[in-house]
Amino acid sequence: MSTERNVAQIALFTALIAALGLIPQLTLAFGVPITAQSLGIMLCGTVLGARRGGYAALLFVGLVAIGLPLLSGGRGGLGVFTSPTAGFVFGFPVAAFATGLVMERLRGIGAGSAAGIAATVGGIVVLYAFGISGLALVLDRPVGQAALLVTAFIPGDLVKAVLAGLITAALVRARPLSVPSRL
Amino acid sequence: MISLTSPVRTRAHGWPAGGKLLALCLASVGLFAAPYVSVQLCVAVAVLGLYTLPGRVFLAHGLRRLWPLWPFIVLVSGWHLATGAPREGAVIVLRMLSAVALANLVTMTTTLEQMMGVVRRLLGPFSRLGINLRAVELAAAMVIRFTPVLAHKGAALALAWRARARRRAGWQVVVPLMVLALDDADHVAEALRARGGFEVDNKT
Repeated sequence: MSTERNVAQIALFTALIAALGLIPQLTLAFGVPITAQSLGIMLCGTVLGARRGGYAALLFVGLVAIGLPLLSGGRGGLGVFTSPTAGFVFGFPVAAFATGLVMERLRGIGAGSAAGIAATVGGIVVLYAFGISGLALVLDRPVGQAALLVTAFIPGDLVKAVLAGLITAALVRARPLSVPSRL
Repeated sequence: MISLTSPVRTRAHGWPAGGKLLALCLASVGLFAAPYVSVQLCVAVAVLGLYTLPGRVFLAHGLRRLWPLWPFIVLVSGWHLATGAPREGAVIVLRMLSAVALANLVTMTTTLEQMMGVVRRLLGPFSRLGINLRAVELAAAMVIRFTPVLAHKGAALALAWRARARRRAGWQVVVPLMVLALDDADHVAEALRARGGFEVDNKT
């Protein structure tokens, strides 16, 4: 694939992560308006693969750091990186990379289930490991207590992992030649 | 787009961005290395003082940006009052407020161009290791251009869904949105190649 296409796909997916955080009328499941931003991180990995997906998430975090209000709710700037939820933002690139890595290892099975598993590993296990570490550090809590604080969000994120699987499968059907993780 | 930078121009706008970032790093490390209520209280008051210097508009803007921290303040205060360790709780809450407020202060008084300049300088040494700086800059510019475009397309898709269904648009809208994004990427890549693409950079 050409460099131009790589750069364009990375940039467009970074914009997609941001756009998913901006659309409030996207009610995901059970009528609960959860932020779709972490869904964007999962999709970066499942669609673009490890390297490109990781770069897209890294570019997103970099742009947030230099002061663009791209996080859901219009948050951004350096304050994000010293706040209790900083771990999640730091974890975005790693989560997208891990998601892509699992996706690439699971070429043998269908795109939908592979993406679902990859999104669960990268977008939930890896992302929460970073997020919980950040909470524990900033709030000076033991890791166990910090983990307890975020358990309420895990069911929603499991729903997002399933959706990432469904969306990736639909995308592979719609544009088989444009999904780098499946080429 | 909502701006995170200050509504009023301050003297700190003229200071070099690299220096402000370095000072912020040192201050953040210092805050976490000093678990004493007295130190944390002094720092918090000093930070508040910095916010009041440029006037009321600046102060109000800055305080509004700290609002998202309230659940954590309630949580930590409640926990430490219940366990009978209010001093530790005060240290954590004050430290969190100062750290975020100081970081916000740097973002509020530094323009996007200045930040880009710092990033360019930091990435400079890596360009020899194969990082294409022009590609990074172009990608950043494309994100800024395409975020509102994709948000607009997403909103349009949601509206189209509502015009035909009784229920509100759900996750299904994300699929066409991503197809549009992938197609946009292909068009942009083609346009870049047609204008010489990144090959031009390698030759010069």
